[in-house]
Amino acid sequence: MLSKRVIPCLDVRAGRLTKGVKFEGNVDIGDPVDSARRYYEEGADEIVFYDITASAEQRGIFLDVVEKVASAIFIPFSVGGGIASVADMRAVLLAGAEKVSINSAAVKRPELISEGADAFGSQAIVVGMDVLRVPASPTIPSGYEIVIHGGRKRTGLDALEWARRCQTLGAGELCVNSIDADGTCDGYELILTRMISEAVSLPVIASGGAGKPEHCHEAVSLGGASAALVASIVHYGQYTIRQCKEEMARRGAKVRLTW
Amino acid sequence: MLAILDYGAGNQTSVRRALEHLGVPCVVTSDPATAEAAQGIIFPGVGAAGQAMQALHASGLESVLRRVTIRREPLLGICLGCQILLEYSEENDAMTLGLMPGRSVRFPDGMTQEDGTPAPVPHMGWNSLRLKKPSRLLEGVAPDAEYYFVHSYFVEPAPELVIATTTYGQEFCSVYGRDGLWAVQCHLEKSGRPGLQVLRNFYDYCRSVRPEDVTC
Repeated sequence: MLSKRVIPCLDVRAGRLTKGVKFEGNVDIGDPVDSARRYYEEGADEIVFYDITASAEQRGIFLDVVEKVASAIFIPFSVGGGIASVADMRAVLLAGAEKVSINSAAVKRPELISEGADAFGSQAIVVGMDVLRVPASPTIPSGYEIVIHGGRKRTGLDALEWARRCQTLGAGELCVNSIDADGTCDGYELILTRMISEAVSLPVIASGGAGKPEHCHEAVSLGGASAALVASIVHYGQYTIRQCKEEMARRGAKVRLTW
Repeated sequence: MLAILDYGAGNQTSVRRALEHLGVPCVVTSDPATAEAAQGIIFPGVGAAGQAMQALHASGLESVLRRVTIRREPLLGICLGCQILLEYSEENDAMTLGLMPGRSVRFPDGMTQEDGTPAPVPHMGWNSLRLKKPSRLLEGVAPDAEYYFVHSYFVEPAPELVIATTTYGQEFCSVYGRDGLWAVQCHLEKSGRPGLQVLRNFYDYCRSVRPEDVTC
């Protein structure tokens, strides 16, 4: 049986690691390659890197980081931020990533999902969804709306409908990020996570809101996710990846504890 | 030196990085002579069986694989490489290398995991091995170690070749072979320390049977 995964998420800006709350106020918190190595050694099952500036001039710096990471850690990792074409995908996959994560670009042009899946296989295509809780309405019946541009722009897309569509288009995995929970440390948006997990047969990564190790367990038990994304909880030394996984195991989840 | 075969099928760079991390001398090559001179060959691969067979044939690497197997020189197949060492693959209905008896078949849809949750295809993520018989390849790795898998097809080699199995929806063979000719379904180069240990074991075996590179 597959193990439930814990995946630290690293936001990279101009070659440095950064972390903001609710997508704002970013501060430098270190070197991404050093952090990747530390998380690898602590037992991370996978790592996600986001190029949060994704400007053309800094893209080279970011790809350089990706290559260095690929020589430093020997677990899968994915890369997101600024990926809008098959050529962008190819560049990060060639640099050493296993998967690419696409978000706003997929909302604007959904065929990007199938183009990526055709070129590299579904297993390489993660669709990141930023989701905002809204009053349920005829256009947003689930009460969860897809937002883009780091949460600043509403799209009128229902999150549940979008998740199903991503699956049909060939996504291999969905990363469901709650804008409401992000950075709060109050726990994942479990209702949203479960709703999406039940609607698709793809692995779902819960994102946004982890504040303590038991939240990771909630994501994979109550939320039905196959992985829990963590950021603040591990970036500042409050908890280690191992602590998160041991707590998940203590509460009955199957996790990888030997590495 | 180990030769990592490059036939346009994906993950050679990851394998090279893992070997470099271990300090194992290696070269990524599509040149038959370089491959045959090496102490051992790693045969990686991602993608589809049919295309891979065409590429192997066109590059001349197919006959390299046949010759080293006949001479019983060390060879390790990983992922797609593990599948096409066998005779046949359901993927593209392809006749494959036939260096060992068996075939590759697709996971059925609608499988469930032990906890009742769906087991969609591909099998992607961390899973463990159940050892069926001792093998030098897996020496020194903790029995509960997990490895990273990404595949939609699994191997069914002749039963006497099975070294370890894994369970995902059903029990399937994940490591098979004999001394010096091994095949592993999981991505050793992405499986953390246990995967690196297996690569190290392969290199140690290569050095024991072929202390130097041999230039023809």
